[in-house]
Amino acid sequence: MNVWLLAAVLGLAGVAMVLIVVLLIRNETAGDPTFVLLAVIELVLLVQAVVGVVALSSTSRNVSGVLFVSYLVGALCALPIGALWSLAERSRAGTGVLLVATFTVVALELRLDSIWAGAGA
Amino acid sequence: MPDQPGSRLASGPGRILVFGYGVFAVAATGRSLVQLGLHADRAPLAYSLSLVAAVVYLVATTCLLLGGPRAWLIAVAACFVELVGVLAVGTLSYVVTDWFPDKTVWSHFGQGYGYFPLVLPFLGLWWLGNNASTRGR
Repeated sequence: MNVWLLAAVLGLAGVAMVLIVVLLIRNETAGDPTFVLLAVIELVLLVQAVVGVVALSSTSRNVSGVLFVSYLVGALCALPIGALWSLAERSRAGTGVLLVATFTVVALELRLDSIWAGAGA
Repeated sequence: MPDQPGSRLASGPGRILVFGYGVFAVAATGRSLVQLGLHADRAPLAYSLSLVAAVVYLVATTCLLLGGPRAWLIAVAACFVELVGVLAVGTLSYVVTDWFPDKTVWSHFGQGYGYFPLVLPFLGLWWLGNNASTRGR
């Protein structure tokens, strides 16, 4: 599990969440800067998925493969689905969906890390 | 309101709720399938309850998306099942630890999921209560 990729995702997600909370307080809808940031996170997640699968295939440690890969894929799905679901309603609630989606990624990443460390289902 | 696309239950705060329920539907389904598939014998009761939780989340998500009086009613029932489930399993997992050798979505009141499984049914019932007059139409 690449610690730098994990740190990058968590750091960027943290920034995104602060940004989205500011939008929520100001009652503004998310614009290009927010979506670009989310796209960058998605890109890092994509790299992480590839690196993660390669690392899984070469590790000698006992990691639950099914679980690990499903979390890698799950983390990839959260932001695109969240963004689409959010864009269908350009309101405060729509922006709130982005916050929940980003938070979901953070939760999945933390769990991914513990699965890599050997945790089970 | 024929001019409004989609269900009223899935717009406004309901939109956030649907996303949250969707996440838990996927999480609970995935977890119970992995647990039952890899080592069903380790904790059959815990894993079966995990699957029940998954079905309840799926039903709730679907009903919120559909909208309408019948979906509203089923969603209310699903939220109640969820509330009873998380309270019962949460309590049992502390009292009768032997029954739950492995963790599930509902064990320890959803501790492994930041206690969201405990909060979610309250949010769901609050939102459905808000829409009681229109019954999700």
